[in-house]
Amino acid sequence: MFAYIIRRLIGAVVMLLLVSLVTFGIFFWLPKLAGQTTDQIAASYVGKAPTAEAIQDTKERLGLDKPVVVQYGNYLKALAVGKDYKAGPVTDHCPAPCMGYSFRSSQPVLETLLDRAPATLSLAIGAAIVWLGVGISTGVVSALRRGSVWDRASMIIALAGVSLPIYFTGLVSLALFSYTFKIFPGGGSYTSVTDNPLRWFEALVLPWVTLAFLYAAMYARLTRAGMLETMNEDYIRTARAKGLPERTVVTKHALRASLTPIMTIFGLDLGLLLGGAVLTENTFGIPGLGRLAIDSIRSGDLPMVLGVTLLTATSIIVINLIVDLLYAVVDPRVRLG
Amino acid sequence: MTGTAPAAETAGTGDAPASFLEVRDLKIHFPTDDGLVKSVDGLSFQLERGRTLGIVGESGSGKSVTSLGILGLHNKRNADVSGEIWLDGKELVGASQAEVRRLRGRNMSMIFQDPLSSMHPFYTVGHQIIEAYRVHNDVSKAVARKHAIDMLGRVGIPKPDKRVDDYPHLFSGGMRQRAMIAMALSCDPELLIADEPTTALDVTVQAQILDLIRDLQQEFNSAVIMITHDLGVVAELADDILVMYAGRAAEYAAVDDAFHRPLHPYTWGLLGSMPRLDRERSERLLPIEGSPPSLINVPSGCAFHPRCPYSELNGDRSTTERPELIELEPGHKAACHLPLEKRREIWNDEIRAKL
Ligand SMILES: Nc1ncnc2c1ncn2[C@@H]1O[C@H](COP(=O)(O)OP(=O)(O)O)[C@@H](O)[C@H]1O
Ligand code: SF4
Ligand SMILES: [Mg+2]
Repeated sequence: MFAYIIRRLIGAVVMLLLVSLVTFGIFFWLPKLAGQTTDQIAASYVGKAPTAEAIQDTKERLGLDKPVVVQYGNYLKALAVGKDYKAGPVTDHCPAPCMGYSFRSSQPVLETLLDRAPATLSLAIGAAIVWLGVGISTGVVSALRRGSVWDRASMIIALAGVSLPIYFTGLVSLALFSYTFKIFPGGGSYTSVTDNPLRWFEALVLPWVTLAFLYAAMYARLTRAGMLETMNEDYIRTARAKGLPERTVVTKHALRASLTPIMTIFGLDLGLLLGGAVLTENTFGIPGLGRLAIDSIRSGDLPMVLGVTLLTATSIIVINLIVDLLYAVVDPRVRLG
Repeated sequence: MTGTAPAAETAGTGDAPASFLEVRDLKIHFPTDDGLVKSVDGLSFQLERGRTLGIVGESGSGKSVTSLGILGLHNKRNADVSGEIWLDGKELVGASQAEVRRLRGRNMSMIFQDPLSSMHPFYTVGHQIIEAYRVHNDVSKAVARKHAIDMLGRVGIPKPDKRVDDYPHLFSGGMRQRAMIAMALSCDPELLIADEPTTALDVTVQAQILDLIRDLQQEFNSAVIMITHDLGVVAELADDILVMYAGRAAEYAAVDDAFHRPLHPYTWGLLGSMPRLDRERSERLLPIEGSPPSLINVPSGCAFHPRCPYSELNGDRSTTERPELIELEPGHKAACHLPLEKRREIWNDEIRAKL
C-alpha cells in the first residue's frame, strides 16, 4: 500500500512537471518556433496597443531574450517559489505559484483565480452530487429491469440528456422555471455562499440540475452497462447460491464492483469541471473560472488564460490522484497486487 | 460400489417421493432470439443422503443448467423451468423464490468450476464465508468468524486464523477451491452440488480436492452431485452415474454397471475417449467423432444419431423416433433403440476389446 501511494505521488508530480512543460511550450516557445520575434511575443503580453517602451519592459521582465531552457527554469521557479518584479523604484513580490499579472486588471493572476474558484467549485460539486445520485440509481434500476418500460423510458431520456447541449437545456430551464413560473432566480444572480447561503442555493439550483442532467444521463448509461456486465459475473451467482437476499446481492456484491470503473471517469469529469464549466457558467451568468477563461481569451489576456489552463490541469491531476488512492481502498487487488 | 439407480416410476405423479432428492421430468428452456434453447429436456433422477451421483457428458450437454436449476438460480424472465424437484419432501419448481432462497446455502449448496471468478475480488475469504453463515444463522460476527476459521481448517487450509483475512487472489488455485468448499459447507447442507470442481485446477491438486470432497461427504453425510466431463472422477467418487446428452439422460446406472456393462453407444464413446492411468500412454484415445448438437435444432429421433456408428441398425427408428430411457436391467437404464442382445454383443465383441 505504501509503495503504491509513493508511486502514485511520484506519478502526479511528473504529470505536473509535464503540464508545466507543455504550457510553457504552448505559451512561450511555440510562438518563437512559429517565427514570431521576441518583440511580437512580448507585445502579446502587454495588452492592446502596446508602446515600444512597454514591449521592451515586458521582454526584460519575462526574460524573453534568454535561452529557452533558462526561460523554462524561470517559469518553473516562479510557479514554485514566486517571483519579484521590479516596477520602477518598488519591487512587487508575486507569491507562488506565480503566474504573472493580468494585463487587463493588473491583478496577480492567482488572486483572480482564487476569487473565481468558489463559484465554479459550488457549481461542480453540487452538480456532481446530483448526477451521481440520479445517474447511478437510474442505471441500477434500468439494469435490473432490463427491457422494461422504465428501462426504455429512462434510456431514451438519457440519450436526450447526452445529446442536448447545455446552452439549450439551460436556456429552456431558465425560460420555464425562472421567467415563466418564477420559481428560481434568473441568470446572473449568483451570490457567494458566505454572503447569503439561501440566495446562493436558489441561484444554483437550475445550473446544478442543468449540468447534472447531462452527466446523469452519461452515468446512467455507464452504470447500466456496468451492472449488466457485473450481474453476469460468477461471483454474483455464488452470492445467490449462498442464499443472500437479492437486495444484498445487488448492492453489496454487484454495485460495488460496477462502481469502480465509474470512479475513474468521475475523477476526470470532476477535475475538468473544476477548471470551469464554461457553457453552464456562461448560460447562467455565473462568475466562475469558465467565464474567466472565455473572457480572457476574448481580450487576449494571456497570463490569465495560462493561469486557468494550469489550474484545470492541476485539478485533474490532483483529483485523479485521489481517485487512484480511493481505488486502492476499494479494490484490494490494486493495493496488494 | 453397490449403486442401485433408480426406479423413477413415480415420475410426474406430483406425490412426494421417498428419496431425499428426486428430479422428475425437469425441463429448462431458454427462449432466445435464435430460437428455443432446450438445455434440459426431460430429465429424471434421484439421490439419497450419503450417496454421490455423477453427471457426465460433453460440454454443452446441460449439466450446469441442471444444477443451477436445482438451486433455483435461473432467472424466471429468461428461462422456462418445468417438472418437479423434490428436496427432502419439498417441491422446489413451484415454490416461491423466497422459499428457495432460504434453502440455498443452508440445505443445498454448490461448488463452482472456477474458484477465482466465483469469489468476490473485493471481500476477504473470511468475510465471504461469514456472510454465507450469517445469512442463515442468527449469530454474532465474532461467532461466525470463529466458525469460518474452523471451516477453513477443516478443508485443510494451513494457518486458517491468518488466511481468513486474506483476499481470494492471494490464495493458490487449490487453496481457493478449498475455501469455496468451506463456504459451501459452512451451513452444513444436506445436498452439495459440485460443478466440475477440479477442471480449473492442476492435476496434482485435483486428486486432493476430490479426496477432500469424499471425506467431507462422509463426515457431513450429505448427498453429492458430482458434475464432470471426466469419467475418471466419477469412477473414483460416484455411486451412480447419469450420462447426459443434449439435455437428456442417455444412460443412468450404478457406476459399476456403467463402466463394465454400458448399454448406450454414447457411453461407449465416452469410455473410449477416456484417458486411463492403468494403460500405456502410447495407446491412442478414440474421441467421439463429430461435435455435440445445437440445443436449438436438436436432431430428430435419437439426438445422438448423426454421430452414432450404429444408427443404421434400427431401420429409420434412430432418425425418427426418440428413444425413451428404459430400465433394461435392475437399476440400469438407457435410451437407445438397439435390441438389448445386440448391444451386449457389440459391447463385448467390439468395444471392450478396444478400451
Ligand atoms: N441463459 C441461457 N440462455 C441461453 N442458453 C443457455 C443459457 N444458459 C445455458 N445455455 C445453453 O445451454 C446449453 C447447456 O449448457 P451447460 O449446462 O452450461 O452445459 P454443460 O454441460 O457444459 O455444463 C449450452 O448450449 C448453453 O449455451
Ligand atoms: S438410438 Fe440409434 S442413434 Fe441413438 S444411440 Fe441408439 S443406435 Fe445410436
Ligand atoms: Mg458446465
